[in-house]
Amino acid sequence: MKLPIRVLLTAVAASSMLVACTGKKVKPDQTTTDSGGGTTTQGSTSGKKYTPGDLDTDSCLRQRVVYFDFDRSEIRPEFQAAVACHADYLRQYPSARVTLEGNADERGTREYNTALGERRGNAVSSAVGAAGASSSQLNVVSYGEERPVCKEHGEGCWQKNRRVEIVYTSKQ
Amino acid sequence: MKADPHMHNSIYTRFLVARLFVVLALVLAAGAAFAQGSLKSEVPTIDIKNGTATATPIVVVPFHFEGATLPPETDVADVIANDMNRCGQFRALPKSDIVESPTRGSEIKYATWNMLKQAYILVGREIENPNGDIRVEFELFDVAKQQPLLGSGLAISGQRTGMRDVAHQIADIVYEKITGVRGAFWTRVAYITSTGVGNSIQYSLMVADSDGFNPQTVVKSREPLMSPAWSPDSRRIAYVSWERGNSSIYVQEIATGSREVVSASKGINSAPSFSPDGSKLALTLSYGGNPDIYIMDLAGRSKTQVTKHFAIDTEPTWMADGQSLIFTSDRSGKPQLYQAPIGGGDATRVTFSGEYNADPSISWDGKRIAMVQGSGNVYRIAVLDRATGESKAISPGNLDEHPSFAPNGSMILYAATEGSRGVLYAVSADGRVRQRLVLADGDVREPAWSPYRQRGQ
Repeated sequence: MKLPIRVLLTAVAASSMLVACTGKKVKPDQTTTDSGGGTTTQGSTSGKKYTPGDLDTDSCLRQRVVYFDFDRSEIRPEFQAAVACHADYLRQYPSARVTLEGNADERGTREYNTALGERRGNAVSSAVGAAGASSSQLNVVSYGEERPVCKEHGEGCWQKNRRVEIVYTSKQ
Repeated sequence: MKADPHMHNSIYTRFLVARLFVVLALVLAAGAAFAQGSLKSEVPTIDIKNGTATATPIVVVPFHFEGATLPPETDVADVIANDMNRCGQFRALPKSDIVESPTRGSEIKYATWNMLKQAYILVGREIENPNGDIRVEFELFDVAKQQPLLGSGLAISGQRTGMRDVAHQIADIVYEKITGVRGAFWTRVAYITSTGVGNSIQYSLMVADSDGFNPQTVVKSREPLMSPAWSPDSRRIAYVSWERGNSSIYVQEIATGSREVVSASKGINSAPSFSPDGSKLALTLSYGGNPDIYIMDLAGRSKTQVTKHFAIDTEPTWMADGQSLIFTSDRSGKPQLYQAPIGGGDATRVTFSGEYNADPSISWDGKRIAMVQGSGNVYRIAVLDRATGESKAISPGNLDEHPSFAPNGSMILYAATEGSRGVLYAVSADGRVRQRLVLADGDVREPAWSPYRQRGQ
């Protein structure tokens, strides 16, 4: 059961961070203060009141791709901030919807990679959900290795293809 | 021994006539290819990689056309010779070394073929029927024994445009007569292509002859297509398509193009595989939380769950008796092959050597499993002998995938990556002879070898 536990831990980390941020919601000026989650980076604007336009301008919300290690589906620490701010946005706009598109690099078989892409999509979905988004706002689609962003045969390209893309199908 | 000048002259004249027709046929073929640019670009390049000294030598003498009009474009003998070469068990005498052109048994001078160290000789004639169809008569002889193996009277008829089909059927009969195993040349291959990049990318599910000729588009899509699987009667193909947004499984009638969605549940819908009787589909679904293997009854669409495990379980493939499935699971950490009874129950591990074994294709007798074997960043096709538990790599690439056994187990198709494109290879099951099928441009992958064809298909 190692994987579900890891996903759960990730989700717990993300949600505890959100709890900290939610407490500051009444003081929007302090958005740059470290929320104390330990994994939050400078890019985080958690707690901020967002507008749909922020999806194109806010440095955290503009981060729409989460990358993964080979054959893994745990969310790396540097992507926790993005997970948190998208969760925050979705919580503020209950009609907003995202599709989480899971992808894999070309190594390994196509069917296995379709399953791996879904695992990654589910990992992001669980984390965003645990951080405050409603499950009805989240849709996971796995494309496996069928939609690469590059086609070279090396780690430089493979690391770009092991990803979940956060696609807003409705912004508000 | 004195040569009979009359005999010699007669054979020589016939030889010249045959040559003239060969030239004509080539000119016609070139003209036709020129007239239809798309056809020209889609003719596959056949490229035999390694010969083998132990292959049985056979001479396929160019067949003699007997008719009032022009001979068909297809060089029937050439198609048969290519079939014999690519299976790895035979070595056809190159055309340039075929010094005499007998067209029937009585014209064979065995001394000539003995000297050229040939074991078998195939001769034939193409006779034009009044309706324009062509009747191909053929005879096979054992050179050392100077005896017929397939006597006169054997013939296969077909339309002018169907001469490749006729040739493959003759190759099947010759192969079976010599080896005792049913031939599988007159079969087809389904595969996926993708062309273009970014937003203009186009995916196609194609079906072609097993040597790559006569490609036809089954379905085209702007969204990915994956995992073609043949029905046992080879009339239908199941596949995965993302055209509805999420992955869904379709079953399509090849001849009519009519199709239906058989699975579009939440999560992934993938890895369809027809049961040996064609009534059921094994598939991978994740609506239960994570990918497990199910069996769907195609008539009523009812589903039964075969595996229930938090790991990824996918790529189910039926054993020929229809009682169990071989599938890929990472329940031990990395993907390995397992076998489970279709009624549920414990899965038993099948592969133990190698860190990554996946995507099984099972030989008709269940004795061998072809699979993708990974080590580090290198993925090759390996064949597992179930009796000994030993597996042997049969492909030399770095990113080889999707093995598919011929219905008689003699050859395996797989996909390889060469530069930025995917190409298909047909390899003899022992790995000794490889033939590259270069089909048009773009990325070609996921070959699935059809079952035996029935006449009329």
